Amino acid sequence: MSVYVTLAFTSLALGAVYFLAASGLSLIYGLMDVLNLAHGMFMTIGAYAGWDLAAHLPTTWPGSWIFVIEVAASIVGGALAAGITEIVLIRPLYGRPLSQILVTIGLDLAVVALLLGGFGSSSLTLPVPLWLIEATRSGNLILPHADFVAIGAGIVVLVVLEWFLRRTRYGITIRAGVENREMVRALGIDVGRAFTLVFVIGGAMAGLAGLLYTVVFSGDLVSPLQGDSLLIFALIVVVIGGLGSIRGSAVAALLVAVVQDFTNYYLGTHSGLAEIGNLSVVLLLALVLEWRPRGLFGRTS
Amino acid sequence: MNNAIELIDVHVSIAGSHVLQGVSLEVPEGGVTALLGRNGVGKTTTVRAVLGLSARTGVIRVLGQDTQGMPTHRVVGLGVGYVPEDRIVFAGLTVAENLRLAERTTDPNYDAVYRLFPELKTRFKQRAGTLSGGQQQMLSIARVLLNGWPLLLIDEPSKGLAPKLIGELVDALERIATEATILLVEQNLAVVTRLAQRVVVLDHGQVVHHGSIADLGDAQLTQRLLGVAGSL
Repeated sequence: MSVYVTLAFTSLALGAVYFLAASGLSLIYGLMDVLNLAHGMFMTIGAYAGWDLAAHLPTTWPGSWIFVIEVAASIVGGALAAGITEIVLIRPLYGRPLSQILVTIGLDLAVVALLLGGFGSSSLTLPVPLWLIEATRSGNLILPHADFVAIGAGIVVLVVLEWFLRRTRYGITIRAGVENREMVRALGIDVGRAFTLVFVIGGAMAGLAGLLYTVVFSGDLVSPLQGDSLLIFALIVVVIGGLGSIRGSAVAALLVAVVQDFTNYYLGTHSGLAEIGNLSVVLLLALVLEWRPRGLFGRTS
Repeated sequence: MNNAIELIDVHVSIAGSHVLQGVSLEVPEGGVTALLGRNGVGKTTTVRAVLGLSARTGVIRVLGQDTQGMPTHRVVGLGVGYVPEDRIVFAGLTVAENLRLAERTTDPNYDAVYRLFPELKTRFKQRAGTLSGGQQQMLSIARVLLNGWPLLLIDEPSKGLAPKLIGELVDALERIATEATILLVEQNLAVVTRLAQRVVVLDHGQVVHHGSIADLGDAQLTQRLLGVAGSL
């Protein structure tokens, strides 16, 4: 029984990271029809921003303070990278989806190359407080503290995002824009501002996802390619959840994480099946698309 | 009399098709001007060009301002309300959210909305996608009433509505027309004759007639311009 609970808990943490990585991507595509393949770069920059800032802080500071600052830096780093990307590169290319895809791929590759050049190819260790790498244990039950942080962050972001989208004027504009961008314009609203805001929000969440992925799943190691590996799962979550749906992203992220974790646990240790967890996610994607081509919470025309 | 809208030699091409081929027309301030013509002659494209939703060449002046290079939200900000064809509402948003989204002034006139469409008040929390066609049209019109805009562009408001609802709609538009200039695109000639004082007829992307509503009393002219039998 404790194995199931431990697995479910780990899946929940993985799902929270996937949700953070995917929800911004989903909103950006839903509102702006921009398939932003530089989203993984926002995650990587978030993790590097956290690491870089922590490296410049006095080592005498309490670890928890440093971790809080790392989290804030990852959010700001991701948001800044996304805002600048939208204003400088995406805005001149609205209505040209192929150019957007190419420019975001190019940007991602360029940033990875810059990080490799600037920080080297070796992974960097993110300083974290001791309590974060410990776990609460009871018999066979193991609940890593980093997982608590990821789950908490996922829940807080989901609640805040839902509140923002339902209660604020900008949120209503974004939801309306996902349905019909042109009609929002025809009501006298400057959709361009909403576009930038969505990019910034998506980038902030991606930055946080990058940092939490580092803490929860990559042994506190920051590397230039971590965002890209996370982006693949974020894209799958977005498609399964339905473009533009935050709730869809949350449900799909959880589903993908549970399928991946449980498959890995039961089958991944067999010879030749090391990647079975990833394969199971692709199969899940195929099944959902066969059943609901627009995803679980996708819009119908 | 000043013009609320003025188009001079406006051309619009959509996907390689030359839809508007040098449209020049004037909509004087006050009352209702109907924009008529057969299907596909460019009526909706004209309205979209006025709003800046379709790229165009030529001059368009709205409420005295040249709108060249102006994005749509700024054209609307001049004081233009738009009721689109097919009563486009945001289906996933509630009635309240649809109205809140349309607020462009610090003091939106909800009294005017509820005076004309009291039913909307009882459906405030209902999702717009679950409203009937008539209720969605009310919501679509209500959005432009909130701001007291001096100019309204209303595209085929009676399309797809039951006759009883069309009657109620025309009553409402008649009252609205006392306070705003309306450019009305409409296929239903009975609606046009009740509301409009002036008509502009388009054909093949060009203005082929510009005159008084009384002109449509000429059966031959109506048949020639609009392809419908009989006069008004």
